[in-house]
Amino acid sequence: MRYAIRTEGLSKSFTLHLQGGVTLPVLHDVELAVAPGECVALAGPSGAGKSTLMRCLYGNYGAGKGRILLRHGETEIDLAAADARVMRAVRRDTLGYVSQFLRVIPRVATLDIVAEPLLARGVALEAARDRATSLLARLNLPAKLHGLPPATFSGGEQQRVNLARGFAPRYPVLLLDEPTASLDAANRAVVIGLVEEAKRAGTAIIGIFHDAEVRERVADRLFEVHPIPAAA
Amino acid sequence: MSTAGAPLLEAEGLTLRFGAIPALEEVALSIWPGEVVAIVGESGSGKTTLLRVLSGLVRPERGTVRYHGADGAVRDVHGMAESRRRLLHRTEWGFVHQNPRDGLRMGVSAGGNVGERLMAVGARHYGSIRAEAAAWLRRVEIDPARMDEVPTRFSGGMQQRLQIARTLVTRPRLVFMDEPTGGLDVSVQARLLDMLRGLVADLDLAVLIVTHDIAAARLLAHRMLVMRHGRVVEQGLTDRVLDDPQHPYTQLLVSSVLAA
Repeated sequence: MRYAIRTEGLSKSFTLHLQGGVTLPVLHDVELAVAPGECVALAGPSGAGKSTLMRCLYGNYGAGKGRILLRHGETEIDLAAADARVMRAVRRDTLGYVSQFLRVIPRVATLDIVAEPLLARGVALEAARDRATSLLARLNLPAKLHGLPPATFSGGEQQRVNLARGFAPRYPVLLLDEPTASLDAANRAVVIGLVEEAKRAGTAIIGIFHDAEVRERVADRLFEVHPIPAAA
Repeated sequence: MSTAGAPLLEAEGLTLRFGAIPALEEVALSIWPGEVVAIVGESGSGKTTLLRVLSGLVRPERGTVRYHGADGAVRDVHGMAESRRRLLHRTEWGFVHQNPRDGLRMGVSAGGNVGERLMAVGARHYGSIRAEAAAWLRRVEIDPARMDEVPTRFSGGMQQRLQIARTLVTRPRLVFMDEPTGGLDVSVQARLLDMLRGLVADLDLAVLIVTHDIAAARLLAHRMLVMRHGRVVEQGLTDRVLDDPQHPYTQLLVSSVLAA
């Protein structure tokens, strides 16, 4: 199968040195492959490691064992072994991540937050701002808010800023961690539309969708993340 | 940013002792164009010493620092003549000190502090020097109407912003920053950090920033090195070092910070 991102034997545990060195295994031998244009929803009980898997894919957590193979331009890169500079290039060009919460950058206007990943890829300022404006409008964020920093926005508004920023660059691979958690029905429908559009454009999407309606609409299949049984 | 090409600065095996105390032990580090690298650690970890060794201000006992100049030549920072090192500090490099008094001339006007750096790299036309100094004051959020005042009349935050304008006006390729927000109130720090973030991105600067402020490092840096007792104990992508720290000391450091 042609894939956009694929894991081989991906395992992850956390060693807590401040708690006497106790080790918490979270992921064990995860084998996930997602094709361009496909949307895979991660399933499994709370605490099974769905968010940990997403963070490993994004390089926010280091992979413990195994490989994370990503198509990056004409090359294939093992993210589990990639250094910080390669990871930065991958995040600029190939791999997007919409986290549950916007990490607010003080004093930066919403429009600039959304346009920033486009500018980093060399898109001209005006084109980047146009795309940012149209995405924010589509996500029903009133124009009068675009020039303000999102620090004082509601949770739902911040999430929509985060979504606009994540969808703006049209990454080949997009990770969505509960993208509709604080949204109303109208905005959930907008997100469903954005996901469907991205899929048609060939984006591979991996998501955690607690909202069953959203999940059924956008996911082509489920990928079960199994909790690791507590050590006997 | 690209992953090809050569680093601007490359250090290997840097070792230095102050008496019996190891200040640096076998430190290696590279920084590429357009990259912001934070060096974090508590007081006495060796991070300021490292910055001073990297910028040629202090000579290591062992190890080398190589700089890839704009002219394409690679030079040993500690092997070059003092005059060339001074020239680098005036042109291709910048240094932002924790205390603005160490980087500013306190008896010279704000405009003069900025214009002087331009003159040092050959600018001669008074009108254009003054215009550029005014533009830079505006850029660091200092009212150009105050350009004829001496910095002693400015607040700490303004002095620090002035030092940054003075440093960046000549468009250095590599900037060393030693705790640039160190002596400032928290609200002033946030403003300065946002300003730095914008400037670094706009000018595509390479920056080595020493800080004990983890939140500042997260906001500014692409990569992070964690130092303890003169050694680099952990390094990597900033968000990974902070969110998935591996070394016991990094775990302690991260867990001691409120919502970094």
